[in-house]
Amino acid sequence: MVSARASTLERGRAPAAPAPAKGSYGERPGVAYLFLSPWVAGAVLLTLGPMLASLYLSFTDYDLFTSPKFVGFANYARLFGEDAHFLSAVWATVKYVLLSVPVQLVAALAVALLLNRASRAQGVYRSAFYAPSLLGASVAVALVWRALFSTDGAADQVLSLFGVRTGGWVTDPGLALLVLVLLGIWQFGAPMVIFLAGLKQIPPELYDAAAVDGAGWWRQLRSITVPMLSPVILFNLVLDTIRAFQVFNAAFIVSNGTGGPGDSTLFYTLYLWQKGFVDFKMGYASAMAWLLLLGIALVTTLIFRSARSWVHYGGDER
Amino acid sequence: MIRRVVWHVVVLAVLAVMLYPILWLVAGSFKPGASIASSVGLWAGSLTLDNYASVLGPAEIPVWRYFVNSTIVAGGAVIGNVVTCSLAAYAFARLRFRLRAPLFGFMLATIMLPQHVVLIPQYTIFQRLGMVDSFWPLVLPKFLATDAFFVFLMVQFIRQLPRDLDEAARIDGCGPIRIFAHITLPLIKPAMITTAIFTFIWTWNDFFTQLIYLSSPDKLTLPLALRMFVDLQESASSFGPMFALSVLSLLPILLFFAAFQRFLVQGLATSGLKG
Repeated sequence: MVSARASTLERGRAPAAPAPAKGSYGERPGVAYLFLSPWVAGAVLLTLGPMLASLYLSFTDYDLFTSPKFVGFANYARLFGEDAHFLSAVWATVKYVLLSVPVQLVAALAVALLLNRASRAQGVYRSAFYAPSLLGASVAVALVWRALFSTDGAADQVLSLFGVRTGGWVTDPGLALLVLVLLGIWQFGAPMVIFLAGLKQIPPELYDAAAVDGAGWWRQLRSITVPMLSPVILFNLVLDTIRAFQVFNAAFIVSNGTGGPGDSTLFYTLYLWQKGFVDFKMGYASAMAWLLLLGIALVTTLIFRSARSWVHYGGDER
Repeated sequence: MIRRVVWHVVVLAVLAVMLYPILWLVAGSFKPGASIASSVGLWAGSLTLDNYASVLGPAEIPVWRYFVNSTIVAGGAVIGNVVTCSLAAYAFARLRFRLRAPLFGFMLATIMLPQHVVLIPQYTIFQRLGMVDSFWPLVLPKFLATDAFFVFLMVQFIRQLPRDLDEAARIDGCGPIRIFAHITLPLIKPAMITTAIFTFIWTWNDFFTQLIYLSSPDKLTLPLALRMFVDLQESASSFGPMFALSVLSLLPILLFFAAFQRFLVQGLATSGLKG
């Protein structure tokens, strides 16, 4: 048994037989890299290399078919100086993030609180609320949303019962973004499941003690639940924000790839796709990609900075 | 007792609102005629299978082709992720090597990396390799463990397994490869199932990558085929077939979810909390 010898060697005892030759599998670094080799290949060839390449391409004119031409900061200057669509895209995306993320998290927490109850039905309910998170990213559901909010679609029919006439949300520059926000909020199941798991880790004694002291439901929520849950809130907030910045499918389907009406649903990634894969301005699109990375990094940093003042780590958390 | 009934009623009411769009889609796929989008109710007075017949009927590219293509892409991604992510996770969680800390840090950082930053060079690579408009660009990266989220999920899972078994096997003379094959692998089955199901669902739903890499009509996947309905959608008669194909495309997700929801919900909860 070759490996037996290797592990004996490691323990510092004299080997019973001559030291193992090639092909032995002790706790040797080589074995670890054998396990890691697919990951290392991917990390170098498909992640690190392409990251650096796209950083370089962002300073070039590149159309995929001719070799890239170095242009310095021209792409970046054009993005901020001349490209009105780019600024619309940033604005539409920021609005989407600011509207969908907070509401989604509040909905997730509210439903988690509602479900956090000793009942045999809890598991079933939890799964049912989680289902939209799995379906919501699909083209099929985006098509449903488009139909629901089309002119004379079901949403219009319901609102007309209350005397409100909107006449086609999807084609209204003021309402089209709202359709996408609603679709985003609808997928609150994933953070809800995480909240629910977090709620179960709060010791019930805390609530008993608070109740003895006469704290009501709202006071308990503010003083026990939210502080105890704050690391989980931070986790969901960061994850959801990063995800929301990159939403593509819904905007593509609802606007049929245009980002219309009037750039109102021109999400950042949609505009990046248009530039890179419709206009073949791939240097320009690379510059946009790096700005997206920087923007996400900046926002994430700000969230973590702010977390110092509102996230409480209890004794046994992490 | 009354409180409990009230609770069930409230939960079910919220749930009904939440699931209405899905029910409306399913009901719509069985509704006749052109009024599908504008009818709010779920029951139109009669049931028809015409929409399904028209989708499944003869066409230039039969619908089963899209299902086969989506299955190839999703199936390849599942195999790639399960195999390579568990190998990498075992190395990160249990083996010692000099670059472990920096490589692990890099792996964690890539979980948050927007794919757009690597998109254009990756596209260039696959274009040079002549792989654009084939399934390779969609499957090959999964065999290089590029979905760091799943590596992380499995690292977390392996770390919480007791080390005693590993130690015992080592004393009995097992090397890392045999320990992985005979001890770790059987124990991480739940994490592998979670990885498989999430990979399947996310790849099945993926639109962006497939939109970029696939263009021939016979290579289209379900999301790309569904997208073609957007162009037709101005004519109301296309709603029925569109809804029918939408339901068919969501069916595998719903079935997998129904069968494995325990793994999904638990995987989500553990990866989120024990991070």
